[in-house]
Amino acid sequence: MLRGAWKLGVLGAASLAAASHAWATPTPGGIDFQTPATETARNVQAFHFEVLIIITAITAFVTALLIWVMIRYNRKASPTPKKFSHNTAVEIIWTVLPVLILVWIAKGSFPLLYEQDVMFNGEQVPEEQVVDIKVYGNMWYWDYTYNQNTDQEFVVESRMLRAGDPDRPLDTARGDIPQLSVDYPMVAPVGRHVRLKITARDVIHAWAMPQFALKVDAVPGRLNQLWFKVDQPGIYYGQCSELCGKDHSNMPIELWILPQQQYDQWLVAAQADPANGGRAYLDSLPRPGVTQLAAAE
Amino acid sequence: MSSDAKHAADHGHGHDHAHDHQDPKWYSPARWLFSTNHKDIGTLYLVFALIAGVVGFVFSGFMRAELAEPGLQLFNGTAFGGFFGNEHNYNVITTMHGLIMIFFMVMPALIGGFGNWFVPLMIGAPDMAMPRMNNISFWLVPVSFFLLILSMFVPGPPGDNGFGGGWVLYPPLSGTTGHPGLAMDLVIFSLHLAGMSSILGAINFIVTILNMRAPGMTLHKMPLFAWSVLVTAFLLVLALPVLAGALTMLLTDRNFGSKFFEVAGGGDPIMFQHLFWFFGHPEVYIMILPGFGIVSHVISTFSRKPVFGYLAMAYAMVAIGVIGFIVWAHHMYTVGMDVNLKAYFVAATMIIAVPTGIKIFSWIATMWGGSIEFKVPMLWAIGFIFLFTVGGVTGVVLANAGVDHSLHDTYYVVAHFHYVLSLGAVFTLFCGWYYWFEKMWGVKYNGMIAGAHFWLMFIGSNLIFFPQHFLGMQGMPRRYVDYTPAFEQWHQWSTYGYWIAAAATIVFFIGLFEAMVRRRKAEANPWGEGATTLEWTLSSPPPFHQFNDLPRVR
Repeated sequence: MLRGAWKLGVLGAASLAAASHAWATPTPGGIDFQTPATETARNVQAFHFEVLIIITAITAFVTALLIWVMIRYNRKASPTPKKFSHNTAVEIIWTVLPVLILVWIAKGSFPLLYEQDVMFNGEQVPEEQVVDIKVYGNMWYWDYTYNQNTDQEFVVESRMLRAGDPDRPLDTARGDIPQLSVDYPMVAPVGRHVRLKITARDVIHAWAMPQFALKVDAVPGRLNQLWFKVDQPGIYYGQCSELCGKDHSNMPIELWILPQQQYDQWLVAAQADPANGGRAYLDSLPRPGVTQLAAAE
Repeated sequence: MSSDAKHAADHGHGHDHAHDHQDPKWYSPARWLFSTNHKDIGTLYLVFALIAGVVGFVFSGFMRAELAEPGLQLFNGTAFGGFFGNEHNYNVITTMHGLIMIFFMVMPALIGGFGNWFVPLMIGAPDMAMPRMNNISFWLVPVSFFLLILSMFVPGPPGDNGFGGGWVLYPPLSGTTGHPGLAMDLVIFSLHLAGMSSILGAINFIVTILNMRAPGMTLHKMPLFAWSVLVTAFLLVLALPVLAGALTMLLTDRNFGSKFFEVAGGGDPIMFQHLFWFFGHPEVYIMILPGFGIVSHVISTFSRKPVFGYLAMAYAMVAIGVIGFIVWAHHMYTVGMDVNLKAYFVAATMIIAVPTGIKIFSWIATMWGGSIEFKVPMLWAIGFIFLFTVGGVTGVVLANAGVDHSLHDTYYVVAHFHYVLSLGAVFTLFCGWYYWFEKMWGVKYNGMIAGAHFWLMFIGSNLIFFPQHFLGMQGMPRRYVDYTPAFEQWHQWSTYGYWIAAAATIVFFIGLFEAMVRRRKAEANPWGEGATTLEWTLSSPPPFHQFNDLPRVR
C-alpha cells in the first residue's frame, strides 16, 4: 500500500535526522522537528511528512505552471492573445482534485487528533498505574504538584536559570542550556502513562513539549489534560507558548524522564524538601539522555 | 462582463476642464478636512496608510534587530539610554506592529484607499452613495491611530507603559490582572473607533455597489475588484460588531465590575477568544479579498485576455467569505476544546483550500494563451500568486489540529501568516499601487526604480519569513524577546532579510519622490487594450467629478 511506502521514506528521513541531530533540544541550523520521544510524536511527524510532500508537490506544480505561462505566453512568444475565458472540464478538475487531496489528508489527520486528545489513546489504564501531575502556570514560572490530594502531596516550583543568579547560576559546563534550563525541573518516570492536569493562577500560559508533540493552554479556571508515555530517559525541554507578559520568554519547562527506581527515589527526596525539589538527588545522577541513548544504540 | 465596458461612453470628462477653476486647490486644508470626494478620501486613506505602514515597519525592525542574536540587545533597559525599555516593551512593539499593520495599513490602503478610489470609477458612479459618511469614516482612523500610539506612553502593567498582550488582546492578560493601567483602555477605544470607521465605510460600499452601478452593469458584469470589495464589506459589517461586543465586555470587566471573562466571578476567558476569532478569522479574508480583486485585473490587463472563469472567481470570493465565518476556532486548537469540536474545525478549515485553489488556477488560466507583458504591476501579481500559494499550503498543514499542537504559537505560524499577509496582501497592495499610479497621481512612475523595488522586496521578504518555518518546526515560540542559542542562525538570516526589505522600502520612496519631481505626463490608458474597466476611459488623473452623464454598459 502507498501508505507503507510513505512510512519507509519517513523512516529513512528519521534515521538521517537522528544521525545528524544532537539529542533533544533545538539544533543550530535545524530545519526539522526535534527528535520525537513518544509514539504519538513519531506519528505526528510521519503525518506531517506526508502532508509536507503533498504541499511541496502542489507548490512545485503551481510554480511550474507559472514558469511555463511566462515562457510560452509572453508577448514575444505569443503576440496575439487567445480569447477563451471558460473551460468547464478544467474547472471541474481543479475543484474536484483538491477535494480528493484534502480527503486524503483528513484520513490521516483525524486518527492522529484522536490519538492525542483521547486519554491514553483509548487504552484502559488502571487508575493506580497512572502518574498524575498537576501543572500550574504562573507569572513567570511553572509549578508541579505531585501526589495531589494525598498526605504525600508536595509542590516543586520551577524557574529559569540565569547567568549570575546567586542561588544556582546558569552553568553551561554542567550542561545547562540558556533560556531552557530551570532550577528545579519537573520529573516523571519513563515508559509509564503520565497524565498532566494543567491550569494557571493568573493569566493564560501554555505548557508545551516539542519532542512529545504536545501543547495545551494553562487557563485560569479550567483544567486541561495531556498524556504522554516516553520511550527513553532523558532531559526534555519546552517553553511557555502563550503570551503571558513581560517574562514570557523566561519560563521554560525542563522535564527529567527517569527510570522508575530513580523516579521513586527522587519522589522521596523532593517530598522531604520540596523547596529544593530533589535537586541534590538529581545532581547526583549522571545526566540522563545522551549517554543512555548512545548505550541503547 | 467588464470587457464590454470599454465601449462605454465617457461623456463624463468631456467638459471637465471647463470647471477646473471651481475645483478646490490641493493645498487648501478645507479640501482634505471636509472632503466628500471619493478620490480625495481615497488619497487621504493611502497617505495615512503609508505613514502608518512606515511606523509598523520600523517597529518590525526593532524586533528583528533584537532577535538578530540571543540575549537582550535593545530591550534591556539600558541600550540607547533605555530608549527601548525592557522585555515588556518588546511585547508592546509586537502588539503595536500587528494592530498597526492590520487596522492602519492594510485595511485603510486596500479598502479605504483603492476601494474608495476605484469602486465608483469601475462601476461608473459619480461618487460614493454617502459622501459625507465617507468623510467621517476616514477621519475616525487618524484619531483611532492617535489613541493607539498614545497607549504606548501611559501605564499598562504595574511599573511599565503600554499594552503588551498581543494583537489578540486575550484576557486575563488584557484585563485588570495583566494590564490594570489605562493603556489597555486606550487600545479598546482605539479599536472601537477603527471598527466604527470600517463599519460605516463598509455600509457605504454596500449601498454604493448595490445602487449606483452604471446602467447596464448587472452584478454579473461588475468588475472583480468591485466584487471583492462588496464581499469584504459584508464581512466587515458582520464581523466587526462581534469584536465591538467583545471589546465592550472587556471594557466593562475592566472598569465597571462585570465578570464576563473573570474566572473569579464565574466568567470564562475562553469566551473572549471565541468572540475575538469569530471576528478575527473573517478579518484575515477582509485583508486579502480586495487584493484578490486587484490581482485579477492586473493579470487580465497584462495578459490581454479576459479573466478566466469570471463567475467562478466572483463566487469563490463569496464562498471564502461565507466559510470564513465557520472556521474561527482553528486559532484555538490548544485551549482545551472537545476533540469532536476540533475535528469539525479541521474539516471546515480545509474546505477553504478549494475556493482558494480555484482562484490560483483561474489566474494561471487567465495568463494561459495570453500575450503577457511583464510590466511592474504584473511582477507583483505573479510574485503574489507564488507567495500566496506557499502561505496557503502551510495553512493546510496548520489546519490539521494534530500537527498544529506542535506548531501552534511557534514561528511556523508567524511564517504562515506573513506569507499570506506580508507577502500576500502587501504584494497586492503594491500591485494596485503601480497599476493605478498614473491614474491616481497623473504622473508616470519610473519602471527601473519600481522594478528594483519589486525584486528587493521579493528577495528580502522571502529571506525574512522562509527561515521562520524552520524555527517553528524546531519549536521556537512566538512573541519571544530572547531565545536559546540554537535558534540563532535562522534568526540571523531573517534579520538580514529585514535589511533587504528596508532597502526595498527606501527604493519605494525614492520612486515616489522621483515621479513627483520629474512629473512625466500620464496617459489616460497606459496599459493598452488589456485594460478594459471604466477607470481607463477617464483622463489621468480623473476629473474632480466624473460620470456626470452615466456611462452605459452593454
